[in-house]
Amino acid sequence: MACKFISNENTNQWLEALAKDHVVFVPVDDGGTVTFRPFGEGRKLVLDRMPVRSAKEAVFPQSETLLTYKYDKDPENPERTSVRIRETLPKERAVVFGARPCGTRGMAVFDKVFDNDRIRDPYYATRREHTMFVTLACTKVESTCFCHEVGSGPADTSCSDVLLTPVQGGYAAEAVTECGEKMLEASFFADGGDKCAEAEAVKKATREMLGEAHDFSDAPEKLLAAFDDDEFWEEQAAGCLSCGACTYLCPTCYCFNITDEATGTTGKRVRSWDTCMSFQYTLEGSGHNPRSTKAKRLKNRVNHKFSYFPESYEKYIACCGCGRCIKSCPASVDIRAIVKAAQARGAEKESK
Amino acid sequence: MQALAELKEQIRQALPELDVVIGWQQGYDALHTSPLFIRSEEDLEKLVVNEFCVVNPASYLREMRGGKKVGLVLKGCDSRSVIQLVQEDLLKLEDLTIFGFGCNGVLNHAKLQARFGDIGYIKSIENSGASVTIEVDENKETVPFSELCADKCLTCSYPNTLQCTHFAGEESSKEAESEQDKALEEFEKLSMEERFSFWQDQMRRCIRCYACRNACPMCVCKDHCLANSRETKWLSEEVDVQNNFMFQLIHVMHLTGRCVECGECERACPMDIPIMLLRRKMAGVVRDVFAYNAGTNAEETPPLMCFKVEEPTIEERH
Ligand code: SF4
Ligand code: SF4
Ligand code: SF4
Ligand code: SF4
Ligand code: SF4
Ligand code: SF4
Repeated sequence: MACKFISNENTNQWLEALAKDHVVFVPVDDGGTVTFRPFGEGRKLVLDRMPVRSAKEAVFPQSETLLTYKYDKDPENPERTSVRIRETLPKERAVVFGARPCGTRGMAVFDKVFDNDRIRDPYYATRREHTMFVTLACTKVESTCFCHEVGSGPADTSCSDVLLTPVQGGYAAEAVTECGEKMLEASFFADGGDKCAEAEAVKKATREMLGEAHDFSDAPEKLLAAFDDDEFWEEQAAGCLSCGACTYLCPTCYCFNITDEATGTTGKRVRSWDTCMSFQYTLEGSGHNPRSTKAKRLKNRVNHKFSYFPESYEKYIACCGCGRCIKSCPASVDIRAIVKAAQARGAEKESK
Repeated sequence: MQALAELKEQIRQALPELDVVIGWQQGYDALHTSPLFIRSEEDLEKLVVNEFCVVNPASYLREMRGGKKVGLVLKGCDSRSVIQLVQEDLLKLEDLTIFGFGCNGVLNHAKLQARFGDIGYIKSIENSGASVTIEVDENKETVPFSELCADKCLTCSYPNTLQCTHFAGEESSKEAESEQDKALEEFEKLSMEERFSFWQDQMRRCIRCYACRNACPMCVCKDHCLANSRETKWLSEEVDVQNNFMFQLIHVMHLTGRCVECGECERACPMDIPIMLLRRKMAGVVRDVFAYNAGTNAEETPPLMCFKVEEPTIEERH
């Protein structure tokens, strides 16, 4: 990977240049929290804190219109109506700048689900194709970070086009994809020189801060073994408030709901985020709810990420270790601790 | 802490008669506690009582209905939510055993965050009562407690658990620093247009996760909340300012005259939206109109649950 350098000043100019023909999402101070908003006048970039919301909306918005429709009455036969449908595929080209490696890696999970040999979700795939990711390597780690335990790390390039590493006076920039290589051809980038070695040192230091990684590799089977242990799940879920904040902030959660929102004879079909933490998530038309309690729902969330998903997709853990669900949980529910408890539970059972 | 040892002893003695006692335990780092569900003496050892015990244990009571014998370790503010639930006939006082203590206030994570950049990088924290010394990254600072504590603690006049079965340690002599919430006072100086644009800006950030609702001890319908109802659909699935604000208005209207100002809604909000402004406003209106302070006296009937031909505090005939 070629390594280049961009100064702080040039970074701003580069963003301005990109903003001419892209929507450039950058992490900004948003009333005390950090969220991704389009780059523009008066927006203060925040690059030294992990964004509260991940950048998943760039490829999977919280609510999006899939199509619009209109009913027309047949003038000959008013009993009959016909319906006209217009699909609304996303058109804009976007750049996500300054996301953390863990947040970006979330897309690896979406890619497997929304765009594979059997299914191609045109809305997701189009956005994904038209969005470039310029990721920022971490220089420090939080108490909730565990990317290194789920196969990632603070300089992971899994779903990035360009990886920036903060160095003296600016960033060392490495292209990950072809598209990233093109980006680095812009005049704002200089030759990397000794900045590249500096970047390597930064990456190494951050990785060291995380310490040794816990091994989650036997989690799928251990979680499965705990599947019918209601007591275990009730204990793990006792503090959960069933709110769903964890899933909405999670870079890998991709569940959605589809609703027709009608006004008179016109309307739109809206896809919006859903959350397995909500009672309505599996509520059936009959009134029966197979996941009627919060323990059953939390079991789904943890198992989906650490058991069902790895089982279906070549051991890939559907959690990027960003810690958002832990950090923003009003009750400090800790997904790491739950999986570890399931692993330990297995060990206890075996030793008996 | 003196109170902690006494609390543990009181709980230990009561535990055989109870299904569960809800308190707090140390969380994943120095700044966080998480709720503790004590069922055995082993669990009891994990109990902590300190300025990070922010979760209101009463928020879990909804799930405990139906004759379960529940013990609760409650701060003064938390105890108001229990009293209010009893007043509303949603709980029976005889099913509850309340372990009280004197509270000196709790710290607010959003304020810590605003002050120290990102508290996720916390190295250490010490609280002397009057001030807090915190080390985040390379930055070590000592800040007065009152600048970092929850807003509710600044106006709190009930630091000692109300109506408790057992009380541990010394009573807190903590007094309210001001009667009025400063943020609300400032907000009310704004013009209507400014207030409206303030809320538009705030509501743009809302992710409709409903943490504010689910953390609220007084939101008792939760799973059947009308914000999620499909028939009739009150809110669109489109997440926009209008619908987000509509949800907040639903919440605040359902809590008017019931909200005990425990602040859990705002604390739970991952987007740090200052929704207590709305709650405090309405609680103030209820105090003015009905001379009623929610959750302070189990013998009272909440004003919206009774009918009086003439409200003693409202002058309607001249
Ligand atoms: S784990 Fe936490 S954030 Fe998630 S639903 Fe439960 S209380 Fe809410
Ligand atoms: S489950 Fe939690 S730690 Fe894992 S990716 Fe989602 S928010 Fe991050
Ligand atoms: S409001 Fe009062 S009782 Fe509640 S935490 Fe603050 S000081 Fe303690
Ligand atoms: S609305 Fe907020 S302050 Fe009022 S009772 Fe509910 S959580 Fe507490
Ligand atoms: S907002 Fe209203 S309907 Fe929804 S849970 Fe609270 S009280 Fe019930
Ligand atoms: S907790 Fe905050 S973000 Fe979530 S619904 Fe409530 S106000 Fe919106």
